[in-house]
Amino acid sequence: MESESMKSIGVGITMIGSLGAGLGLGAIFSCWLTAIARNPSAEGKLRQVGFIGMALTELVLLMCFVVAILLMFAT
Amino acid sequence: MSEMLEEFEIHALSKPFMTIGDHPIAFTNSALFMFLAVLCSTALMVLAMKRRALVPGRWQMLAETLYNLVTNMLESSAGEKAKPFFPLIFTIFVFLLFSNLLGMLPWSLSVTSHVLVNLMIALILFTVIIVTGFAKHGLHFLGIFVPRGAPGFMLPFLIVLEFFSFAVRPLSLSIRLFANMLAGHILLAVFAGMGASLAATGWAMGVGIGFLPLVVNVAITAFEFFVAFLQAYIYAILASIYLRDALETH
Repeated sequence: MESESMKSIGVGITMIGSLGAGLGLGAIFSCWLTAIARNPSAEGKLRQVGFIGMALTELVLLMCFVVAILLMFAT
Repeated sequence: MSEMLEEFEIHALSKPFMTIGDHPIAFTNSALFMFLAVLCSTALMVLAMKRRALVPGRWQMLAETLYNLVTNMLESSAGEKAKPFFPLIFTIFVFLLFSNLLGMLPWSLSVTSHVLVNLMIALILFTVIIVTGFAKHGLHFLGIFVPRGAPGFMLPFLIVLEFFSFAVRPLSLSIRLFANMLAGHILLAVFAGMGASLAATGWAMGVGIGFLPLVVNVAITAFEFFVAFLQAYIYAILASIYLRDALETH
């Protein structure tokens, strides 16, 4: 195979890592909504924790993205 | 493919006025947008608070909302002792917010889509954290690497682990912001390019299907404004949580 097409396949494989981040983000938001639905008065306190969890989980996806971009464009 | 990355290019706007080693230093478009971000945020704060009315007008309301947002966030995540560090966190938040938002203007450069800018801000923050930690607690500050209540035989591993988790924080903080902005802008460029190439195929395809990427692009633009705010907010939240380590060691 040509090295160019191998590179494209590699970029595709790299982004499979975003699967885990997607599952994690789904779990975070579902638990967040459940918590607010059970105790609506705690929404203010939960907001910050929810955003922190989102940011830390999203980092996995962003690392995959950065590696994919580097594979694709770095010469 | 690399035409998608064209909007992130840094080019000199003036003649190089000095050199460091062999590298020429000139006034670039990145510097221009940093100056614009500082100018806009200063103008907002100074002009909006000029009247200091008891019943705030629209602009004063905006300035007070931003101020209250950061005050409450800092107090709930870093505690009462973090009050002296409010100017630092507020400056970081407002600068990042304005440079993210300025990046959304057409033909402009999002300063935060370069990892080096974010990394320098994070390194300034961590210098402050480490200096404060050692000034307040002396060598006890090193206690942040020892988790409380951990069994003794695990300590060698845990100390190495905690040390790396501390050392990698500035990097993860800056990469989160940089990758978010880069991904958003590339997404906009991809959908805009899709619409353009569909429109080039002729009337039937161009009008029939070509409007779909345009509709998606409008939605993504709105989402990007939300992300621009959210990422500046998350950067500030994490900064104040990391600041807590320096103020209260365990």
